[in-house]
Amino acid sequence: MKNKIFSISLIFFFLIIFLVFYKGLQNSNIYTPDLEIKKNIPTFKAQIFDTSNEISSEKIFNNDQYYLLNIWSSWCVPCRDEHPFLVYLSNKKNLKIIGLNYKDNNKSAKTFLKKLSNPYELIFSDRDGIIAIEWGAYGVPESFLIYKKKIIKKIIGPLNKEILFEIEEIIK
Amino acid sequence: MASLIGFNSLLFGFCFAILTIIFGIKNFRNSNIFDHKIIFFTLLQFIFVVVSFIGLIVAFINSDFSNETVFNHSHTTKPLFYKISGTWGNHEGSLLLWLLVLTLFIFLFLIKSKKQSKKYRILTLLFQQIIIIGFFIFLIKTSNPFNQIFPIPMEGMGLNPILQDPALAIHPPILYLGYVGSSIIFSAALSAGALNYISKEWAKHIKKWVLASWVFLTIGILLGSIWAYYELGWGGFWFWDPVENVSLMPWLALTTLFHCILVLEKKPVLSSWVLVLSISTFSLSMCGTFLVRSGILNSVHTFANDPERGLFILIFLFCLVFLSLFVFFFLHRDDNENTKSFFWLSKETSILVNNWFMMYFLTVVLIGTVYPIFLEVISSKKISVGPPFYHKLIVPFLIPFLFAMAIGPKLKWVKSELQNKINLILFLVVSILLSLLIIRLLDVNFLLNTVLLTSAFYLFFITLRDFFIKGFKNLSQNISHFGFSLLILSILLNNFFSSEKIRNLIEIETFYNTKTKINFESIKRKDKKNFKAIIGKFNIENSNGDIEILNPELRIYNQPNIVTSEADIKTNILKDTFMTMNLVQNQEYFNVRYQTKPFMLWIWLSVLLISFGGMVSLFKKNEK
Repeated sequence: MKNKIFSISLIFFFLIIFLVFYKGLQNSNIYTPDLEIKKNIPTFKAQIFDTSNEISSEKIFNNDQYYLLNIWSSWCVPCRDEHPFLVYLSNKKNLKIIGLNYKDNNKSAKTFLKKLSNPYELIFSDRDGIIAIEWGAYGVPESFLIYKKKIIKKIIGPLNKEILFEIEEIIK
Repeated sequence: MASLIGFNSLLFGFCFAILTIIFGIKNFRNSNIFDHKIIFFTLLQFIFVVVSFIGLIVAFINSDFSNETVFNHSHTTKPLFYKISGTWGNHEGSLLLWLLVLTLFIFLFLIKSKKQSKKYRILTLLFQQIIIIGFFIFLIKTSNPFNQIFPIPMEGMGLNPILQDPALAIHPPILYLGYVGSSIIFSAALSAGALNYISKEWAKHIKKWVLASWVFLTIGILLGSIWAYYELGWGGFWFWDPVENVSLMPWLALTTLFHCILVLEKKPVLSSWVLVLSISTFSLSMCGTFLVRSGILNSVHTFANDPERGLFILIFLFCLVFLSLFVFFFLHRDDNENTKSFFWLSKETSILVNNWFMMYFLTVVLIGTVYPIFLEVISSKKISVGPPFYHKLIVPFLIPFLFAMAIGPKLKWVKSELQNKINLILFLVVSILLSLLIIRLLDVNFLLNTVLLTSAFYLFFITLRDFFIKGFKNLSQNISHFGFSLLILSILLNNFFSSEKIRNLIEIETFYNTKTKINFESIKRKDKKNFKAIIGKFNIENSNGDIEILNPELRIYNQPNIVTSEADIKTNILKDTFMTMNLVQNQEYFNVRYQTKPFMLWIWLSVLLISFGGMVSLFKKNEK
């Protein structure tokens, strides 16, 4: 005979899955970038790329300046696609681009920047991906537009032409 | 007009689903002879769904924008081919297609299963009709493809340009044949489980269905992957994207199921395995539908984020899961289950071992896909699971898997001794030497890659040799296993030898490097029916002095207004050369990416070979 406890626990297990999916379903709108969110940016300490210095996030993000935090990695293929956009944006005066180098090794990240040019004011290393989690990132590439220490726009996936226009509109 | 006929025909089809269930239950209880009216009903139901589907196609061809689906997904300037394929290139239409295949398959099943017992046939029909009714309600209530809009718009919104592609036009129908085929297996296994009908004879009968859906699923996944390769312009063929994963999971379950059925054909064991796998194959297909359609995961397949739809599939999915749990725990009895009688060195043991490996791979993919959702709901933390996760967890376990795949088929059923030991060892030595030679040239992790390559080569040689010694015996199995070794080999070699150059170039500029010279010769502009094209002409010279001309393209679609980058890919037997160019905003230059990808063709061919093995087996059975 089959174990009753087993069957009951299995049913429970599926019920839990159901509930989680059900809740997840209601969260699903998070995927549409929302200007209303305006979350405070998380504070964190991180190592500056290719050095051993640590810096706290509070010292970087000034109030009267737009920032674009871009999570990138040399192994991430779409990052290459969006890179020209970042290079283009780096020429804007009132926007500073901060890089978060995600789960990458220094050597290949450096060659990546050497090959494609470096649009970043400053790059953090996020070797184990913890900072990206704190930011609530879904993956690489992902970018956050920041103003007055609040996230005003979140871009999931590579930048493209339309998003570029939007960003340009916002920082005008 | 076409929409009106289509919608009413859909309603008739729904009525016949109810009618079939009523007559089915009556027939199940009262008589010993199968009521042929039921076959007739399912035929009518199928015809009504066909009419409905044709109605939608006609609306698409005529660009009838009073129909909401057509308005949202079509445009008058679209070529006829894409108008037709646009029918299933959207949520509503694809569900109608799904329903079409469901009703077709149950009709075919009833015709093909005449030798089986009456109770089993009726019960399968009932389970299948429950699924069909679920889809009817889903379609009519939340995703009616025949919604009217008034006033009638002059022009449609257009089909997403990246979906305007021949491979993608046939990808959904083929994939659905695989998914829906698994629904027949699900219903059949449930009813066989409930009636304790699982036996050698049943295995022989269901094997054809398993094989057929497996072949379609394999080809469907292949098409999707080919499409992603040349259309998304990333230059890869598998990204471990959740959407790809949800098609891979049923495939893994189905492959395992198939191997279990092979054992069941010979020996009355593993009946619980068969039942659980049949249930999970279909549940995973449904779960995939839920994940990609509900908007929980974001992807090209998320046609519309409508929580109501997601909720419906979710409830429906769990009804089916609980129904099957009920059948499995309360109705199914496996009296003659005796796994312990397996002798350690036998074909069935090796199949069982590899089944466990497949289950492991399935679990890894499942966790990687679903865990981020769980974590977000429970702790509102977000993580991303990327290729490194899958590679680290799957790749090492491929090694024993491949070895078992090489040795397993050499063994006999029940109990066996390993024969031709000298040959087997000889091949192992050859594989090791060959792998050492290749890996030595490269700057990669030495030990892991050598062993991995060795195991792939080993399977390759063993199966290759079997073509000569075994001839037509077990040909289908050998073709598929050979295809699999070829697939792993091509993927590995592709990984080792791929190279890539990225540069910003303007017209008439040339880029030099020790190995290659990329010469951007000119730009041409062309006007096509539904897009404008900017075509670059690149002249590439490598160190041997071979010259290649590549023409990557940028397409600016008019409806909807989207720019896509079309890679130019030159394929030959040994390698693909792959080139894309991208527009950089407000700049004169283009971002140009040039890649060489060895053995790409072999990846596609080997998957075709794998599915071809399945086809051979399918037709062999039919002849008998």
